[in-house]
Amino acid sequence: MIDWIAGLAAWELLALEPPGWGGVLLRGLAVSLQVAVGGYLLGFLIGVGGATGKLYGGPILRDILDVYTTLVRAVPELVLILLLYYAGTDALNQIMILLGAERVDISGLAAGIFVIGVVQGAYQTEVLRGAFKAVPHGETEAARAYGMSPLQVLRRITLPGMLPHAVPGLSNLWLIATKDTALLAVVGVAELTLVTRQAGGTTKSYFLFFCAAGLLYLMVTLLSNVVIRLIERHARRGIPAVR
Amino acid sequence: MSPEQRRWNEPHRLVLMAIAVAIVLFAAYNMRWDWLPRYSGKLVSGVGTTLWLLLLTSVLGFLIALPLGLAQAAGPVWLAAPARAFCTVIRGTPLLLQLWLLYYGLGSLFAYWPEVRQSWAWPYLRSAWPYGVLALTMSFAGYEGEVIRGAFAGVPRGELEAGRAYGMSRFTVFRRIWLPRAIHRALPTLAGETVLQLKATPLVATITVVDVYAIISRVRQDTYLTYEPLLLLALIYMLLTGVLVLAFRWLEARVPVKGS
Amino acid sequence: MKNKIITTIAAFGLSLAASAASAETVRVGVAAEPYPPFTEPDAAGNWTGWEIDFMNAVCAEAKLDCVVTPVAWDGIIPALTSNKIDAIIGSMSITEERQKTIDFSDKYYNTPSVIATSKGSGITPDAAGLEGKIIGVQVSTIHQDYVTTHFADAAAEIKEYQTQDEANQDLAAGRVDAVMADSLALDAFVKSDACCEIVGAVEDDPAILGAGVGVGLRKGDDELREKFNAAIAAIRENGTYAEFSKAYFDFDIYGQ
Repeated sequence: MIDWIAGLAAWELLALEPPGWGGVLLRGLAVSLQVAVGGYLLGFLIGVGGATGKLYGGPILRDILDVYTTLVRAVPELVLILLLYYAGTDALNQIMILLGAERVDISGLAAGIFVIGVVQGAYQTEVLRGAFKAVPHGETEAARAYGMSPLQVLRRITLPGMLPHAVPGLSNLWLIATKDTALLAVVGVAELTLVTRQAGGTTKSYFLFFCAAGLLYLMVTLLSNVVIRLIERHARRGIPAVR
Repeated sequence: MSPEQRRWNEPHRLVLMAIAVAIVLFAAYNMRWDWLPRYSGKLVSGVGTTLWLLLLTSVLGFLIALPLGLAQAAGPVWLAAPARAFCTVIRGTPLLLQLWLLYYGLGSLFAYWPEVRQSWAWPYLRSAWPYGVLALTMSFAGYEGEVIRGAFAGVPRGELEAGRAYGMSRFTVFRRIWLPRAIHRALPTLAGETVLQLKATPLVATITVVDVYAIISRVRQDTYLTYEPLLLLALIYMLLTGVLVLAFRWLEARVPVKGS
Repeated sequence: MKNKIITTIAAFGLSLAASAASAETVRVGVAAEPYPPFTEPDAAGNWTGWEIDFMNAVCAEAKLDCVVTPVAWDGIIPALTSNKIDAIIGSMSITEERQKTIDFSDKYYNTPSVIATSKGSGITPDAAGLEGKIIGVQVSTIHQDYVTTHFADAAAEIKEYQTQDEANQDLAAGRVDAVMADSLALDAFVKSDACCEIVGAVEDDPAILGAGVGVGLRKGDDELREKFNAAIAAIRENGTYAEFSKAYFDFDIYGQ
């Protein structure tokens, strides 16, 4: 029993400098956040393109986008990550060689960003499409009748109009992105969950390290929630509260 | 779906379908599938394990989510706060980490605690699936608990007051109006949550539970094939998701979600 | 916001370009999970262990610029064939089954496979001793093959772990009754944990257990293989091998 408590509370293992593993955990967290931010932004680009394509594209483009969003949302992220991690980077290299270019060396980090981005892209496409459609047609028509250019309509009417509808979905997807990075542990990217397991395995203090990593993830979520609330308040200004 | 109902036999769709068929045929002939018969029995039992896990943890998770949601929506602070904390922790950390914390973290604690090994629970505690079931159940409860909270809070006050005005006791109001209305409001989210739950199940393979994902991993290790087993796995999950979505659509048609 | 996105994309592109420029280096894949005493990460985030020392010695000898690239063990062969890494130095035994997919250098160590159990279990390292027991093995290893071939009927259950570490961990926690693995890896484990002991080597089965551990290479990458073979012979010859091994083992692990 005494051993048990001692094993649980070997705090010195969390010290930032070696022999403590705190620094390793924080570096893992940094990788996780890099992948999450990169994947989220890539997903946002895909989402904007995908939503535009689904709304204004030709029939072929729309069907292809439908296949993409349906497939990605129907297959577990873990399986997608394995497929894209091995097949995606391999295919990219095949194309590069076909084009006569040098084989590129894709780091685990870049592959992780790519994978999370493709997954996020499918979900963000749907969120953004829904938000686009939530802007009343009359408003954009009225703006055009006032002689605004399409760009002006986008900037002044469509974007501010869709924002309140997009923010909840997009912020939810950000939280999912931060947690999905943990799945990259399965392909060996040194993000927080994998380094936690390495630390636990080497020191045998599994419980301590998993709890510490859990706290780090929780902190990311709670901090994100604060920021999200600020953004939401900004986006919803002038709209009466629903709840 | 889009406003104008699109039809399957438009010319461009026929072309796209022809391309899809061509890709499938190409995959069937140019990739290696000779391992398939050897593993078909195992794959079926793996799918069975996956579905069993999904059913068990979704039902258990939903049953736990009801009190969790109610406590947050209407409970006293000493109930609402822990329920809220539970949901926040579950939703704020990756499921993979929760799973490893339960399996390897608790496992390493048992080593310090010889009494556990003598107890009646040891045969269960030493196998992997209880940890998988526990983690998946808690995860479902955490996410669905949040939905249920909103559902309870969203039932119009007037309905509850009307019930009281009819002379119903508080409990009768809860049983006959509040609970059924809240469940009704939460039902449409169930389909989505269950699909998410299905997609979370393969994580249990990392703690030695043998589900369909674990079988495919086995194939990958035995044959050193990179793509074929994973493609088949993706196909299996797509079929499962499709069946699940259709089943819920059928269910929802039976349970009309009116009003709200 | 827009600027931020552009900078991020630019940085992303740059990092791709930067890694493309250093493509002449040999990316040596090691298992991303600790496998003491051969490869394990330390608290500073560096990889250490006998095989890391071996890699450094061989690469210095062959004048190769080797970088350690951790890859998940169960995906290490796909990583090699799909060009994510150029060589595997991960205690991978040379077996016929693997040689259908990849090539190997000459062996660089060879040790017997043994069974470890909790202390005083009375289990013997054969099918009779393992009757009704739960055996833990690491996936994609010769030990997994051996256990499924020889003990599948006797054992109550064979549990497959992503890493040897987790199998050992579950042996200590009592979730499995026995684990089978390389003698040196289990030796390091039983020394670090008082729970368990090695009960002996299993009967040899050369078809499964192979002929020692070699550097895994892509099929047809003969130039690299020749370099590794020459370097392994050279460090055996000039005493470097014995020199760095001293810190880990008190006998020659190269075998016969």
